[in-house]
Amino acid sequence: MYLIKKKSVLHSSIFLMDIVAPRVAKYCEPGQFVIVRTDEMGERIPLTVCDYDREQGTVTIVVQIVGATSEKLSKMEEGEYLHDFVGPLGNPSELVTDDIEEVRKKKILFVAGGLGTAPVYPQVKWLHEHGIDADVIVGAKNKELIILEEEMKKVAGNLYITTDDGSYVRKGLVTEVIADLVENQGKKYDLCVSIGPMIMMKFCVMTTKKYDIPTIVSMNPIMVDGTGMCGACRLTVGDEVKFACIDGPEFDGFKVDFNEAMERMKLYKTEEGRALLKLREGDTHHGGCGNCGGDK
Amino acid sequence: MAAPGFERVAISEQEPAVRAKNFEEVCLGYTEEEAVLEAARCLNCKNPRCVQGCPVQIDIPAFITALKERDFKGAYSKISEASALPAVCGRVCPQETQCEALCIRGIKGDAVAIGKLERYVADRAREEGIKPSLDVALNGHKVAVVGSGPAGLTCAGDLAKMGYDVTIFEALHEAGGVLTYGIPEFRLPKDTVVASEIENVKSLGVKIETNVVIGKSVTIDELMEDEGFEAVFIGSGAGLPMFMKIPGENAKGVFSANEYLTRSNLMKAFREDSDTPIYRPAKVAVVGGGNVAMDAARTALRLGAEVTIVYRRSEAELPARVEEVHHAKEEGIKFELLTNPVEILENEEHFVRAMKCIRMELGEPDASGRRRPVPIEGSEFELETDAVIMALGTSPNPLISSTTKGLETNKWKCIIADEATGATTKEGVYAGGDAVTGAATVILAMGAGKAAAKGIDDYFKNKEA
Repeated sequence: MYLIKKKSVLHSSIFLMDIVAPRVAKYCEPGQFVIVRTDEMGERIPLTVCDYDREQGTVTIVVQIVGATSEKLSKMEEGEYLHDFVGPLGNPSELVTDDIEEVRKKKILFVAGGLGTAPVYPQVKWLHEHGIDADVIVGAKNKELIILEEEMKKVAGNLYITTDDGSYVRKGLVTEVIADLVENQGKKYDLCVSIGPMIMMKFCVMTTKKYDIPTIVSMNPIMVDGTGMCGACRLTVGDEVKFACIDGPEFDGFKVDFNEAMERMKLYKTEEGRALLKLREGDTHHGGCGNCGGDK
Repeated sequence: MAAPGFERVAISEQEPAVRAKNFEEVCLGYTEEEAVLEAARCLNCKNPRCVQGCPVQIDIPAFITALKERDFKGAYSKISEASALPAVCGRVCPQETQCEALCIRGIKGDAVAIGKLERYVADRAREEGIKPSLDVALNGHKVAVVGSGPAGLTCAGDLAKMGYDVTIFEALHEAGGVLTYGIPEFRLPKDTVVASEIENVKSLGVKIETNVVIGKSVTIDELMEDEGFEAVFIGSGAGLPMFMKIPGENAKGVFSANEYLTRSNLMKAFREDSDTPIYRPAKVAVVGGGNVAMDAARTALRLGAEVTIVYRRSEAELPARVEEVHHAKEEGIKFELLTNPVEILENEEHFVRAMKCIRMELGEPDASGRRRPVPIEGSEFELETDAVIMALGTSPNPLISSTTKGLETNKWKCIIADEATGATTKEGVYAGGDAVTGAATVILAMGAGKAAAKGIDDYFKNKEA
């Protein structure tokens, strides 16, 4: 059992929790994820690590209510216990494992969409702690869905916020901000890391490809065990089939078959997903991209 | 009552038409009278060949003798000396190719139903609350066991009986390994049989820490350097599912048997109160001919599908136990033998709509000694189906070997370990079960766990000497 040490609500549908999980906190790195189960009959859901405190033995997760399980999780309060919390799973971001001197030479742009801000944050923070300031674009549907703004400001080089409806800072999609930075503001980037709904990552990659900026994406497909056992999370990357859980979750965005990945996400949307949707209307992606209509 | 004859005492089973619609256990087990009557068929051979056929060397004539005398406790303690999981083994061991294959009775009639008797004794012990006895002082040595499947549980149980302080690390949220995520409820009930045998292992003093992925949450080197474990046994199984690498395999509705069975067994998706979804289409094709294929097919059937098993060789080569094939057929599962998928076809919405297959014929024997299936040119046809479950086997997960210094693997990514002792290429680290052999059986994994426990004990004794 894993104690919920702290809970804060970031938006009516997004909340943050610090979970006491010393084994996970001890070794987790930016880019990795955990699998959580609320109760005895609960589903195993993968969630990216948003932050961690090795001394306190806590791991921070940020969750958006998208279905029955996340809704259940949202109703749990400080002092209660999660049934299961396992990790760290997947591989750390290459930025963390690569030669730091090589990383220092690069001008890095992060593109976060909606809840994708949560997994982007620890990477930007890690770089900042290692003396590297990366630019960060955060996009969301509207002002309320912009999360971790203050935290991100402290660790990012430049922070560019955009909203689909123009309710905050600027109006437009993240791809428009990329184009603006590169074409009008003379920015040059050697690497882009894009995390958010698959459709956002797909369009982000189409844009960065145009400017020849190598782009890493973090894939969040359907998973069960998260250790390579089930193969539910398989993706086509280049000519190969990869498992997001053990080969990823980060991949070369230019090589990922996003259309297939998005199709595979829909599997249970038309099956048991119906039951889930009964509980909570809406979207199976993490929302906020403005492209897929998932928020409507 | 009839005198014990050449035929074994029949065992009752749920009617096929009834059980095809539920997840209750198929085989209902012997009654006391039936068990005692069947036990009487044992000739109590001076040189019991059956024991040689048992990978964990249970003293079979001794437990059957006790059973004849209705000394259930005595029978149970005889089995427990050698096996930590008798209720499991009585159900899922391939006795017909092991102990029972060597039974003298089998020469002129049916072999003694050793497996069913073992099951009776273990079930009876559970019902009466008989526990394996433990009377041993701790020796102060800490041993870590990776994986709580048959190999790990056996190794841990044996080490605990020798006085070691054992902790099992399990990656999933529940202990049991393949017994929990792989083998379905209707063959191996979880809450009664599996849970209680795990409890028995725990009652020997073994600790089980779930949700720890060795190689990710902590490495073997860290366990040994930072957490005070002096030896480690790796029984992590063969976790990675294989696919065919044919077009369409990533369509919606194609699953590995591992995924499908994990959803149903571990996550209990077959139950209404489970949050985990499972795909329930009208037609399901299962590719493969092993026990896992039968398990997946029979699960799909119980979830309401019309099920076809597609296997590239003929019936004689089916690797599954005869009993499982027989049960599957009784329940109405269709078999397309000498047939191999070549492509999975999708509809406009990228859901599976059919599987293109080709007919096969058997050619010359291959390396495995089985006749190699060769495609018959021009024999392609479409098998209409809404889902495809790939039950093609599994390979070991490199998570542990890739994160442990000095632990060597062979070209199939299996950990190299000495068959007799379980010793790996790294000092103090032992391994056994599917992680070493590739996908095999529960009982072989248990045999390896047992051998490694002995190997680890010898390792400590030699170190102290």
